[in-house]
Order: sequence, then structure tokens, then C-alpha cells
Amino acid sequence: MDFELMINSFPKLLNAAVVTLKLLSVSLIVGLFIGLLFAILRLNKNIFINKFAYGYSYVFRGTPLLVQIFIIYFGLGQIESLRSSFLWVILKEPYWCAIIAFALNTGAYTSEILRSAFQTIKPGIIEAGKSLGISNKIIFYKVQIPIGIRQSLPAYGNEIILMLKGTSLASTVTLMDLTGVAKYIISTTFKPIEVFIVAGGIYLFMTFIIHNVIKFLEKKYSY
Amino acid sequence: MELLAFGDTGWGDELFRATLMTIAVSITAMLIGFSFAAIFTPLKLSKFKSLNLIANIYTTVIRGVPELLVIYLFFFGGSGAIMFVASMFGYKDYIEINAFVTGSFAIGIISGAYSTEVFRGAIQSIDKGQFEAAKVLGFSKFKQFYKIVLPQMLRLAIPNLSNVWQITLKDTSLISVTGLVEIMRQSYIAAGSTRDPLFFYSFAAILYLLLTFISMKLINKLEVKYSRGY
Repeated sequence: MDFELMINSFPKLLNAAVVTLKLLSVSLIVGLFIGLLFAILRLNKNIFINKFAYGYSYVFRGTPLLVQIFIIYFGLGQIESLRSSFLWVILKEPYWCAIIAFALNTGAYTSEILRSAFQTIKPGIIEAGKSLGISNKIIFYKVQIPIGIRQSLPAYGNEIILMLKGTSLASTVTLMDLTGVAKYIISTTFKPIEVFIVAGGIYLFMTFIIHNVIKFLEKKYSY
Repeated sequence: MELLAFGDTGWGDELFRATLMTIAVSITAMLIGFSFAAIFTPLKLSKFKSLNLIANIYTTVIRGVPELLVIYLFFFGGSGAIMFVASMFGYKDYIEINAFVTGSFAIGIISGAYSTEVFRGAIQSIDKGQFEAAKVLGFSKFKQFYKIVLPQMLRLAIPNLSNVWQITLKDTSLISVTGLVEIMRQSYIAAGSTRDPLFFYSFAAILYLLLTFISMKLINKLEVKYSRGY
């Protein structure tokens, strides 16, 4: 055990963890909106809209995240019209490509989580709202969404942790996140176990915090 | 389309072989995962706190640390660890383990952590009366497990195991960083030499979709088979 290496690499890895957290938070926020949008589309009665939303979530859940990042980072640059458009400012940056891929990926999972949460709401609650003369729109915003969010908290907590692990793939498109820096230190020092313990410890600490925050929220919003 | 031709002119045969490699790694990793689960599930359900702790550390660490980091640990540390063990028996030469073994082991350990949780959940949700009835009928421990617990556990575990299989299948794409030529690595090579990454990575996505789709169909059949009588 090389304790000196462990102590020396700790600040570097901690700095890299900030990059990981940034990637995670931005993609989760964007992904939540995408997920909510597609969950609403899934509940739509129009079969085409419904199938489209299902297709989106099926494709993104059925393929590895690595493929999705590579298509966006390496693949999209090949399209000439895209390269000359304003979008290229975003798509040439590995940082934004990674975020787009993560957001689309977590959006697909989130849409499934939210859809099943909306569907498990007891019809009696919605009927109660209707019999009180409340409009469908207000029932949706004031009744279905709050209950749905509460129902989906445990599953969404898991999704956040999966996404935290998913951000490690950013290192494959040259971003120096926690895993990227860990790999760099391993390949220069050839001390995989020490670096794994420190980097893994930081990841575990983050999962621990996320787990407990979700648990706290579950308790707070339980009924 | 000519990019996908079989033979020297296209990448069809290479990609086909790569797909078989992905399937082989996934199945090997899943089986390694099952053997890990066979060790750690009893530990999780054991009455002894210390044994529980060991199993909990395994599942928590593996499920809380990114797959890629675990793969790097095995990729860079694998030969070192084997050589250390070999040196205790007096073998001093350099040993290199091939990418297939490292990869399936790394993914297998990850898959095992998920399988352990699935089996634990399935065994715990079997009705207590079943165990008591087996005891009353004088079944031996082995017979109790084989005839009573296993069939009921499989029925409950198969839907969740199909999720584990999906995760494992998708995780194998990460082994491409170690140089094992599976779908992702082959697409990377093809994309590099033809300068057509969009086509090859999209094709890789289609291959993965196909694999998940077909395996889902097969698992559904298994599910029907094991829920006979319910």
C-alpha cells in the first residue's frame, strides 16, 4: 500500500469530483424536463404520439450509454449541415456532447419512472377532483404531478445514482472527470488499487449523500 | 450498405464476429455473476452479523462505484494481482491475462452484486410456511433448497434477472476500453478507418437493440415456463 500516493492524489481526485457533480446536476435537470415531457406524451391517447414517446425510451434504454455518447460526439460532427450551423458551437465541445447524451439517457429512464407513477395514482383521487368541479388542467398540475413525484421518489433516487455512475463515461470523450483523472493517475503510477480505493471512496460518499437526501425527501413528503 | 459487405471489402463479417464476442462476454459475465451471487446470497441471509457485513460491503461498493472504474482496476491491476499470487509459489515470469478473461471477470463481479440483491429479495419473499412445511416433512437442507426454495425463487427472480441481464449486456460495451474486440471496439476500428463514425456507431446501437429485443423475447418464454400453476 502506497499511502503517500493516496494522500497526494486525494486533492486532485476531489477537484475532478467537482466536474463529475457538474455533469451530473446539469444532465439531471435537463433530463427531468425531457422525462416529464415524454411521460406526458406517453399518457396521450393519440397512438402516434404515444408510440413516438415509447420508441424514444425504448431506444435509449436498450442501447449502452457509451454508444449514445459516441454517436453524438463522433457521429454528429460528420453531418456537413450541422457543422456549418450554430449548433456546432455546442456540438464541438465534448462537455456539451456528454451532457446531451446523459440528459437524453436519463430522460428516457425518468419518463418511464414518471409514467408508471402517474398511472398508479388511484382514479378515485382524480374523480374526487372532477366532482369538485376542478378543471382537468388544474387536477393535473395540483393533484397528479405532486402525487406522481412523491410516488416516483424511490425509483428516481436509484436513477440519480445510476446517472452518477454513468457520468464516468465522460472520460471516454477526453473529459477529466473523477474516473478520467483516476485512470490518468493509474496509468502514470501503475498503482491501481490505491487509486481505486480513493476514487471509489469519493464515489461511495456521493452515493451515500444522494441516498440519504432521497430518504429524507421520501419521509418529508410521505402521507 | 457496401460498408457492411462480408469479406475483405466490408465490415459485415468483422461486426458479426464482434456481436458473437459481445454475446460470449455477456453470458460468461452473467455466469460468473451467478457464482458470486451463490456465495454472497447465503452470506446476506445468514444469522451472523459479520457475514452479513461482508456481503453488504460487496454489494454496496460494487453498486456505488462506476463500472468503468472497476474495469480499470481489473485491467491495470489484474496481471499484477495474479503475478503476486504466482510469485508466492515461486513463479517469477511476467504473466499476461487476456482481455476476455479480465473483461468478463470485471463485468461478472458487477453483475454478481445485482444478482445477489435479486436472489436475496426473491428468497425473502417466499412464504415462511413453505420452509416450515419442508421442515415438518423432514426434508434435508439440500432437498429443501432444491425442491422447495429454488423453483419458487426462480419464478420471483426471473423478471428482475432479466433487468440484470440487460445491464450486463450493456456494460460489456465498456470492455472496449481494454481492447477486446466486441461490438463497440469493432465499430471504433471501422469508424476510424472509414471515417464514417455516424454510420458505424448507429449500426452498433441497432445491434445492441436487436440483442436486447431478442433476449427479452426469450426471457419472457422462461417467465411463462416458471410461472406455470400461478
